[in-house]
Amino acid sequence: MNKKTNKEEIIVPALRNGTVIDHIPSDKLFKVMTLLHLDRLKSQMIFGYNVGSLRMKDRTKSIIKVSDRYFSSQELNQLSVICPNVTLNVIHEYEVVEKRQVVMPDELHGIMKCANPKCITNHEPMETRFKVIDKEKGVIRCHYCEKEQVISPDNIIK
Amino acid sequence: MRTNLQRTMAVKTGKDLVTIESLSKKEIEYLLEMTAEFEAHPNRRILAGKVVATLFFEPSTRTRLSFETAAVRLGARIIGFNDPKVTSATKGETLNDTIQIVSNYADVIVMRHYLEGAATYASEVSRRPIINAGDGANQHPSQTMLDLYSILKTQGHLDGLNIYMVGDLKYGRTVHSLLMALRYYGCHFHFIAPKVLQMPEEYKLFCRENNISFTETSEFNESEIADADIIYMTRVQKERFTDLMEYEQVKNIYVLRRSMLRRAKKTMKILHPLPRVTEIAPDVDNDQHAYYFQQAQNGLYTREALICHSLGITLEQVRNDKTIIS
Repeated sequence: MNKKTNKEEIIVPALRNGTVIDHIPSDKLFKVMTLLHLDRLKSQMIFGYNVGSLRMKDRTKSIIKVSDRYFSSQELNQLSVICPNVTLNVIHEYEVVEKRQVVMPDELHGIMKCANPKCITNHEPMETRFKVIDKEKGVIRCHYCEKEQVISPDNIIK
Repeated sequence: MRTNLQRTMAVKTGKDLVTIESLSKKEIEYLLEMTAEFEAHPNRRILAGKVVATLFFEPSTRTRLSFETAAVRLGARIIGFNDPKVTSATKGETLNDTIQIVSNYADVIVMRHYLEGAATYASEVSRRPIINAGDGANQHPSQTMLDLYSILKTQGHLDGLNIYMVGDLKYGRTVHSLLMALRYYGCHFHFIAPKVLQMPEEYKLFCRENNISFTETSEFNESEIADADIIYMTRVQKERFTDLMEYEQVKNIYVLRRSMLRRAKKTMKILHPLPRVTEIAPDVDNDQHAYYFQQAQNGLYTREALICHSLGITLEQVRNDKTIIS
């Protein structure tokens, strides 16, 4: 365990078993909570908001430690659109047993808004759904209106 | 917010028809065979006791009458609306709620909606089968099925035909869906459109990927169409233009006149999804090649088949049907 990790652990208590979602841009903390439905979990959770980080562009980050809960790749990959550089550590008995990076999934659920103003998803209280056509170029196709579009920050659901 | 999981929990009875692409070649041919059975005997009691809902969130007299006639001629009864102003949607009711309520009453729901993707969504939340009667500029599968049936009926087969699509190939959803549905049959397509209304790149890409041969031109004259088996005319739709100047320039660009048909093949037929405006001159109506009014009539038999299929009635049952009214 290096010195830097020790310093961080002073701010955020260590986790025995569970998942650490790290390097979340500070302002995306609540979005990540919603996307992973953390608000519905009964597990103990510790949140760090505006935590200092040298790795981040603006020198701050958010961090979430979720006890006794592990996430499928499918769930975590939904984060790739809003925070592609997030890091994930799976913890067993205080040890990191797995490090993961998020990758763009084959489908996006509830993250993007459809760019077509005449799409049903922009008029009905429902979850959006896109098929990812080109991961490199960020081309997606709406499951409902079938319009192809390019992922744009403006269309991320706030 | 309803998640996808909660939405798919509803147990569905019957089969949806939302997009034409969802049908395999086998399913298309099965439905065409069933349509022929209904053409032979359109009046039956096979749907006696059934309730068909026609929910028209956007007015469409022709399509609604066709579906309602199909249901009534098979002995079903109709509920529904054709003027969205009288529904709760104007009070802010969601589509989901409307579908849930109607699912309680009807056995099958025929729906036309002005929003794209509305039919897919309705099919996900509904406990009853949804037949898409048009969702915005997106899909209108019963139109495609009746087009296919009309081609099959007039040509005897669907294989390797010369199909000419004329007019608005950019916004016209009927030509896009027909192209998709004919991908199995090795037809050769001719896209005739002014520059601003050409077939979109994604459909040309679709043709290349599926080895569908096509040619593209903006010429529309007697010699150009002499080789056609089917001429599929479309209306230039004013409502799709943001620039009305552009519309004025192209609106009367292609008019099919009787004098242009002198060199046409004997078996060639002219189709049009209707309504037409100026693109087919009235003098064509009495020509042997004109087929658009019969095409609309084929819509009745097609929709009889689609309603029965959605309710789980098989071709076998239609063939052995004892409820035929002579």
